[in-house]
Amino acid sequence: MSEERQIQLEVLRYNPETDSQPRYQTYTVPCVNEWVVLDALNYVKENLDPTLSYRWSCHMAVCGSCGYMINGEPKLGCKAFIHEYGDHIRVEPLANFPIERDLVTVVEDFIAKLASVKPYLIPKEDKPISAGEFKQTPAELKKFKQYTLCINCMLCYAACPQYGLVPEFLGPAAISMAHRYNQDSRDGGRDQRQEVIATDEGVWECSFVGACSEVCPKHVDPAGALQQVKVASTIDWYKEHLMPWVKK
Amino acid sequence: MEIIKTDVAIVGAGGAGLRAAIALAEADPKLRIALISKVYPMRSHTCAAEGGAAGVIKSDDSLDLHFNDTVGGGDWLCDQNAVEYFINEAPKELMQLEHWGCPWSREPDGSVAVRPFGGMKIKRTWFAADKSGFHILHTLFQTSLKYPSIQRFDEYYAIDLLVDDGRCQGLTALEIRSGEIKQFQAKSVIIAAGGAGKMFPFTTNGAIKTGDGMALAYRAGVPLKDMEFVQYHPTGLPNNGILLTEGCRGEGGILVNKDGRRYLQDYGMGPETPVGQPVLKTMELGPRDRLSQSFWHEQRKGNTVSTPWGECVLLDMRHLGEKKINERLPLVRDLCVSYLNMDPVKEPIPIRPVVHYCMGGIHTDIKAATPVPGLFAAGECACVSINGANRLGSNSLTELLVFGRRAALSAIEHLQSGLSASNDPALSAQAKASEDRIRALFDQSAGTETVAGLRKEMMHTMEENAGIYRTGEELQRACEKIAELRGRYANLALTDKSKVFNTDLMQALELGSMLECAEAVAVGARDRKESRGAHQRLDFTARDDQNFLKHTLAYYHPKEPPRIEYLDVVITKSQPGVRDYSGAKK
Repeated sequence: MSEERQIQLEVLRYNPETDSQPRYQTYTVPCVNEWVVLDALNYVKENLDPTLSYRWSCHMAVCGSCGYMINGEPKLGCKAFIHEYGDHIRVEPLANFPIERDLVTVVEDFIAKLASVKPYLIPKEDKPISAGEFKQTPAELKKFKQYTLCINCMLCYAACPQYGLVPEFLGPAAISMAHRYNQDSRDGGRDQRQEVIATDEGVWECSFVGACSEVCPKHVDPAGALQQVKVASTIDWYKEHLMPWVKK
Repeated sequence: MEIIKTDVAIVGAGGAGLRAAIALAEADPKLRIALISKVYPMRSHTCAAEGGAAGVIKSDDSLDLHFNDTVGGGDWLCDQNAVEYFINEAPKELMQLEHWGCPWSREPDGSVAVRPFGGMKIKRTWFAADKSGFHILHTLFQTSLKYPSIQRFDEYYAIDLLVDDGRCQGLTALEIRSGEIKQFQAKSVIIAAGGAGKMFPFTTNGAIKTGDGMALAYRAGVPLKDMEFVQYHPTGLPNNGILLTEGCRGEGGILVNKDGRRYLQDYGMGPETPVGQPVLKTMELGPRDRLSQSFWHEQRKGNTVSTPWGECVLLDMRHLGEKKINERLPLVRDLCVSYLNMDPVKEPIPIRPVVHYCMGGIHTDIKAATPVPGLFAAGECACVSINGANRLGSNSLTELLVFGRRAALSAIEHLQSGLSASNDPALSAQAKASEDRIRALFDQSAGTETVAGLRKEMMHTMEENAGIYRTGEELQRACEKIAELRGRYANLALTDKSKVFNTDLMQALELGSMLECAEAVAVGARDRKESRGAHQRLDFTARDDQNFLKHTLAYYHPKEPPRIEYLDVVITKSQPGVRDYSGAKK
């Protein structure tokens, strides 16, 4: 086990019942080097200040609860290793989301956007369960597998400059999820999803900065998905307007 | 207090809760469904399940084989009528998920692939790489978005059930965002709120696994069944308890001690099988209870490897090669590299057994119904019981689906059964009492106990006295200590007095749930004077079918330890026999 060292953990605090604006509070935390920032927050909660509020659960980067800004970057608290930082670490709630309290943000906007893209299989053909599975080869699975890995942690929204400027923007994770189903060989719902994502607030709002893919802890590459959606939507447009005799 | 009227209220939005919600919405679009969870659905701990879900699909398999593996794996404590229902429904449910888009791993011909798992005689575990639970949860959550009748109450913490006229008619829940308590008035209530692994300090379970659903039913008079059976998963990362799936061994990983010996052969699971060619139901593919117990013996013999995080054995996967590890076990590799700074492609990984799953839970029958009319339960919080004394890996994900749906169907039968009108003033009075109980927590300014302090003592007590091997003396100590902690809990002081997102209050309530569950574990274990499955007594080393082929039922008492009763196990076709995991004899 690595030796202990002390860090200064500077945490944004905000309690809507007592604070008119957010403030910072610094805790001295004795850390083991293999700890993650979430361990340091848990140390504070257990030993120094039970009033600190934040979300977390799995501690293995799969539940997506513990996204925070750590030294200004969107990170999962359970995958931000103390040894990668100096002795002063600043933790703030995810950028671009309203603060509920301390590190807890209001996430309804993201949830609504995710739901709006119809992120479920709209089967090409109806088939009873008794008829068995829809065949899907490993190669067909590979076409969309990467986009299924999104844990809805919202780091990409915190990193996206466009979402910060234009709150109506559907954003990286929601569009990637639409793309995931569009690419699934079992699915026939692309036209329905295009109505939502091939709009001004949809994919065309993206300015392709690529920050979403850089911060994604699961390497989903939402920026890549958005570019593919843009290309496909452009082809749709040409087909519709210049070659109306060709079916999409 | 705001009253929210609904037909069916579901507590918990993980695999079982979501499956129930979808089944309700599909059965009747006019049903009002309230899906209540203390976290957003995709945060539920179903997401952490890795290996896969069992269901008979391949031509070399049969329902009988799945039945035998499950009942024998459970050391004959399973109710066999429940197991029969379960294995029959399992393939349909897994196929249903396929039709909903679950990205199951595939064979080259496009059919669903299956992998070997511990204690299973035939390969029958459907998997989505090593993120099976994650994909099941997200597939269900995303599918649930299709149904407008599923009204979600995300980040609501269930406080108390409302039971009047002999039936469950709703619950109170705390809206975490506002700190307000709401009354849900429902004709049927389904609890699907997960396990209680956080009673122990070293566990694969996430922070949210605090037994709230179990305690909710328990306090309302429903017995907790077989709580003494707590499963240790044999392969957890030693520094933080992160799970490395049984799929590691299913794919061919081996377990060795400090001398490089595959020690499982010394505990009735030999002879040794060729490295990289796993043989079903023997050696590394033995059941979890046996593997975890073998570790304990190796540690006693001094055969384990000392690490900064305690004694370990080694999980060696190097012979699988980088390609297979990346394809079949990508999460495992990522977890080892990230959290232990060790690469399974290049080096053996130190592991040790870790608390993983509660076989016990809310007493239900095979229709997922509790003894209280109108109250149903499914998933880890429930005990049907298909898992008996030791759950087989990959049965729990399937259980969420099969009994999640079953609970929904039973909930519909109940609300169509000609219920009399509710006595609204009586329900409101109960809701008010529930609110007063929470308010009182805020007023105990003279309290001297802290959440963190009591929780630490509880965890320590459970680890020291109710672990892989137990004795009557230690369990008695655990009973006394947990009873003491329950008493001291009444003297708890909250530091945080605010309403909005008060996690100090949440943790206090969760601690209360865990203490109640922990006492049922300790008392049930002390009184079960035999060794069976995951419950191993050093002072009663043999299985005792004469006296204990029975389920333990623990009944809640507000101040005293639970009253214990016993219920016969349902045997339909498999008489208790010897659990044989020695491949050589076949």
